Amino acid sequence: MTARYLLGRTSGLVVAVVTVSILAFLLMHAVPGGPFDETRSPLPPAAKANILRKYGLDQPLWVQYGRYVWQALHGDFGIPYQSPTETVVALLARVWPVTLLLGAVVVGISFTLGLGLGILAAMRHNTWLDNLLTSLATLGMTVPNFVIAIWLIYILSIRAHWLPTGGWGEARLLIMPAVAYSLQPLAVVARYTRVAVLEAMSGDYVRTALAKGLSPAQVVVRHVLRNALIPIVTLLGPMIPDLFTGSIFIEFTFRIPGLGKFFVTSIFQRDYPMIMATVLLVAVLWSLTYLASDVLYVLIDPRVRLGARGR
Amino acid sequence: MSFEGVAAIRMIPAAPRNLWATAWWRYARNPVRVLAAAAALVIVAASVLAPLLAPTRYDVSVIAESLQQPSVRHWLGTDAIGRDVVSRLLYGGRTSLEVALAVVALAVLVGVPLGVAAGFAGGWVDYAVLRLVEISTALPALLLAMLLISVLGSGIGNTILALAVVAWIEPCRLMRAQTLALRNREFVEAAWALGAGSGRLVRRHILPNTVGPLIVVITLTIPRMIFAEASLSFLGLGINDPLPSWGKMVSESVSYMQVYPVLGIAPTVMIALMVLTLTLVGDGLRDALDPSRGPSTGGWR
Repeated sequence: MTARYLLGRTSGLVVAVVTVSILAFLLMHAVPGGPFDETRSPLPPAAKANILRKYGLDQPLWVQYGRYVWQALHGDFGIPYQSPTETVVALLARVWPVTLLLGAVVVGISFTLGLGLGILAAMRHNTWLDNLLTSLATLGMTVPNFVIAIWLIYILSIRAHWLPTGGWGEARLLIMPAVAYSLQPLAVVARYTRVAVLEAMSGDYVRTALAKGLSPAQVVVRHVLRNALIPIVTLLGPMIPDLFTGSIFIEFTFRIPGLGKFFVTSIFQRDYPMIMATVLLVAVLWSLTYLASDVLYVLIDPRVRLGARGR
Repeated sequence: MSFEGVAAIRMIPAAPRNLWATAWWRYARNPVRVLAAAAALVIVAASVLAPLLAPTRYDVSVIAESLQQPSVRHWLGTDAIGRDVVSRLLYGGRTSLEVALAVVALAVLVGVPLGVAAGFAGGWVDYAVLRLVEISTALPALLLAMLLISVLGSGIGNTILALAVVAWIEPCRLMRAQTLALRNREFVEAAWALGAGSGRLVRRHILPNTVGPLIVVITLTIPRMIFAEASLSFLGLGINDPLPSWGKMVSESVSYMQVYPVLGIAPTVMIALMVLTLTLVGDGLRDALDPSRGPSTGGWR
C-alpha cells in the first residue's frame, strides 16, 4: 500500500514536471522575435544562420524539445544567452547560493519568531496582546514585501542614514532584505501556530495536566506543542523551498544578484535556457515539497490513512 | 410531477431569518471590520470617480513642473516628467480595480462551471479537471504569470489574462468541494427522485447554496489580484505607459527616493491600504457568511 501510494504520487510528480516543461518550452518558442532578432547591430544573414544552427534554433520544435530533455537529463541545461561564456548550470551555481543564504536567514527568523509569537498569542488568547499580534500578522500577510522594503529604505536609509539602500557582500546589507522578506512567512507561521496551539489546548489531556498541578508553561511545552506541531510541520513545511528560491521583488528592490533578479533579466532578454532551467528548478522543488509534506503528514499522524488526503 | 407540487415539501418552514440581515448583523459586531469596510469604500469610490476628482488627467505632463515637492498646486508633488502625483494615484486605483475585477470575472466564468461539472459529474470529468488544477499549481502563481507575460508582452489585457490563468483555480476548487458536499444531501436526492434533470438540480438546488462561500472567495480574490498586479507592474511586467499603476509608480520612484521620497511612499501606502482593507472585509464576510471555514491563508508572494 505504501509503496503503491509513493509510486502513484511520484509518477504524478513526474507528469506535472514534464507538462510544465513542455508548456514552458512551447510558450518560450511561441514568442514572435527570437533572442537574436534584436541585436544592436543587425547581423548578416549568414552569421545569423550560423548562430541559430549553433544553438539548434533552426530545428523543428519537437526535435529541439527532445534534445533539450536528453541533455537536461545529462545535467546540461545549455548556455545562457545573457552570459555566453558559461553554462546555465554554472550561472545557477553562481547566483543560487546568494538566494539560498538570504533564504536560510529568512527561514531562521520567520520560524523561530513565528513559533514563539504564535504560542504567545495562543497563551494570551483574546487579550490585547493576542489582538495586536493577530492584526500585525494580517498586515504582514497582505502587504506586498516590496512595499515593506520601500518603507524600510525610507526609514533606515534615507531618514536615519544607518544602512545603504541596497547591494550585496556585507553582513549589514542583509538586514533590510531579511526583515522585509521575513515578515510575510513570519506572519503565516505565527497565525498557523496560534490556531494549532489553541486547537491542541482544547484537548482533555490539557485539562488533566492542568488539574494535576502543572504550570501552564509546562503544559504547553510538554503536551500542547507535541500535538500542535503536526499541523504546523505539514502546513508550513512547503514554505521552506519556496523561500529558498527567493523573492524576485526583494532581490529586485535591494539589487541582490540572486536567482530572482536573474530570472527577471532572463525574461526581459528572452534568455530561453535560463528561463527554462529556473522554471524547472522551481517546479521540481515545489512538487517534491508537496510530496514530502504529504508523506510526512502520514508518518507523523498515525490516524491519517494513505490516499485519504487529496491535494 | 413537479417538485413544487409536493405538499409535504411546501410545509417545511423556510429559514427563520434573512441570510443577508444575519450576515450584516454578524459582520457589524467587529468595529475594526466596519472601519475597514468604510475605508475600502472611500478608496474604491475615489478610484472609480478619478475622472471627476483628479486635478488633471493621468497623462498630462508639464516638463517645466517636473519633480516638484508637495505644494498647494500639486498636493503630493509631480513625477519625473511633470505629471501630478495625486491624479496618477487616483487613476492608478482605477487601473488596479479594473484589472482585479476583470480577472475575478474571468476566474468565475471559467472556474465555477468547471468546478460544478467536476463535482457533479465525477468520473473522467472530475479526473480531467483535477489534473488541470494540478498542472496549474505546479508553479508558483506569480512565476506562471510572469512566464505568460514574457511571451504575451506587458499591457493591461495581457496582465488580466496572465492572472486569470491561475485565478480560476480557487473558485473551481471551492465549487467542486461544495458540489460534492451538496450532491448527496437529502434535498438534492429528493429533487432527483422527483425527476429533476441535472441542469435543474444544479441551477435550483446546488448553485443557490454555494452563493455565500463563492462571495467570500470573490471578495478575497480581489485584494490578491490587486497585490499581483502591483507586483507585476513593479517589475515592469504589468501595465504599460502612460496608464498609471501603483506598482509601476513605486518602481519608477526608486531612483528618486533620496530627494523625493513622497513619490515612492504615496503609492506604497495606497497599495497597503487597498489590499489590507479589502482583505479585512473579505475575512469579515467569511465569518459572516461562511463560519465553517478556517482562517485565511495569506496573499500572494
